[in-house]
Amino acid sequence: MKEIFEILEQNARATPEQIAAMVNMPAAEVEKIINQAEKNAIILKYKTVINWDELGEGDVWALIEVRIAPQRGAGFDAIAERIYRFPQVHSAYLVSGAYDLALLVRGKNMQEISTFVTEKLAPLEGVQSTVTHFLLKRYKENGEIFRIAKETNKRLPVTP
Amino acid sequence: MLNTKSVPIQARASLISEKVQSLAPSGIRKFFDLLSSLKDVISLGIGEPDFVTPWHIREAGIYALERGHTMYTSNAGMPELRQEIARYLEVHYGVSYHPEHEILVTTGSSEALDLAMRAIINAGDEVIIPDPCYVAYPADVILAGGAPVSVPATVENDFVIKASDVETRITPRTKAILIGYPANPTGAVISRSEANAIAELAQKYNLVIISDEIYARLVYGVEHVCFASLPGLKERTILIGGLSKSHAMTGWRIGYVAAERHFIHPLTKIHQYTMLCAPTLAQMAALEALRNGETEVEKMVREYDRRRRFMVNRLNQIGMSCFEPKGAFYAFPSIKATGMSSEDFATKLLEEEKVAVVPGSAFGQCGEGFVRCCYATSLPTIEEAFKRIQRFFNRHTKI
Repeated sequence: MKEIFEILEQNARATPEQIAAMVNMPAAEVEKIINQAEKNAIILKYKTVINWDELGEGDVWALIEVRIAPQRGAGFDAIAERIYRFPQVHSAYLVSGAYDLALLVRGKNMQEISTFVTEKLAPLEGVQSTVTHFLLKRYKENGEIFRIAKETNKRLPVTP
Repeated sequence: MLNTKSVPIQARASLISEKVQSLAPSGIRKFFDLLSSLKDVISLGIGEPDFVTPWHIREAGIYALERGHTMYTSNAGMPELRQEIARYLEVHYGVSYHPEHEILVTTGSSEALDLAMRAIINAGDEVIIPDPCYVAYPADVILAGGAPVSVPATVENDFVIKASDVETRITPRTKAILIGYPANPTGAVISRSEANAIAELAQKYNLVIISDEIYARLVYGVEHVCFASLPGLKERTILIGGLSKSHAMTGWRIGYVAAERHFIHPLTKIHQYTMLCAPTLAQMAALEALRNGETEVEKMVREYDRRRRFMVNRLNQIGMSCFEPKGAFYAFPSIKATGMSSEDFATKLLEEEKVAVVPGSAFGQCGEGFVRCCYATSLPTIEEAFKRIQRFFNRHTKI
């Protein structure tokens, strides 16, 4: 079962028939497992990795360190939720160390991000401070290396 | 005064040794020329991983170069690497070798094979090899002055040689049995009981076992049986391995021999006069591979396994009969339903559908009627290849 998800994680477009051949299972069985996983929110979504920068449509991204005050009874979760519900927040993590939340924020331009920080994030009750780092260049994301030269096949066509 | 009038070089066939002249050119090489003249060929004819060497290993190679590790190492290889090889063999196959006296690092397992042959063969000695087998086996025996004696490894016996067939071919001149499981080109593995039966013969007739276990890590759902681990066999086994297939390091050329000193010393003697030592940078990279490479190896093995099942599934769908390979990265389907020879099949498939497979006859007479398809290639490639093979197979199958 785990193997089916591993295959889908690498290629969301792998068909049940293809997966079935790889894991040695009937295709109907594979389809059933996938449907069940979708229903149980094991599979949350099928996404595509697009190199927007290559299209000249790259958004602006920032890593924001946020220090927050925990609340009685809710710890960091309540304030974290208020923050991560903003659509500008692409990813949000509670981390150990000098600050509490690490956010990955996405905007059309620098202006949009700074507006979000100054008008939405920083004024929130419980947010003590923010440090914003704009991303200058993306090398690798979610295991995918960006702008990699198309790997040319270096193998000889026939070898013993 | 010397007579300076020279004889034209073409007229002097005697310049080339008879042994070398007698070697047939590799059946694989013949194919290469035809292939090079065509465009957009999908190749299932490759005998190496499609993965590039894992980055941590490449990075270790770069670092070694930066630090200037550009000198020779000791003949037998860097002591740390020999230690790591000994540890690796112990962990994976339960065999223990002394790193200082029982391990030799070679320039690929190909060199190891050649050394083993040259170290043990006297002119006219016979070496038993499976048919089909890796193309270098008979050539290495001949080059060392020996005579290869083939034992059929038939599909009826899952491409494993039978001890009874081996025994009927043993003569007073038989010196060794050279085997390689998991096998190129068939993907066959040997079971413990089959291996034991061969081990008993080696003991009964006082033969050397040369076991080429280069594909040992690439087994799927079965155990790999290391010949040196069989009872009483270590002292008569020359165990050959390498990192090319397991760690996707073919171009680095790192192999090794593990054997007791009565073998390692003579092999090292030849190695020191011919190769001197395996490439230093590659040895440094190999050290990193053996120390920290397990995660990557396991990942690659899982991926090969998926492709293996995928390929076998496609072969069955097409209706090409194929023994289920349990090791290496080859499937060896039968093409007998087409009535073609395996060479004709491969040539026509290449010309008509631009898919390259290797004719089984390149690996010995018993490979006739089969072709080798390598699944160390991406799934979309395998899928497209089999669409074409299906068209071809349907067109040419006699009902």
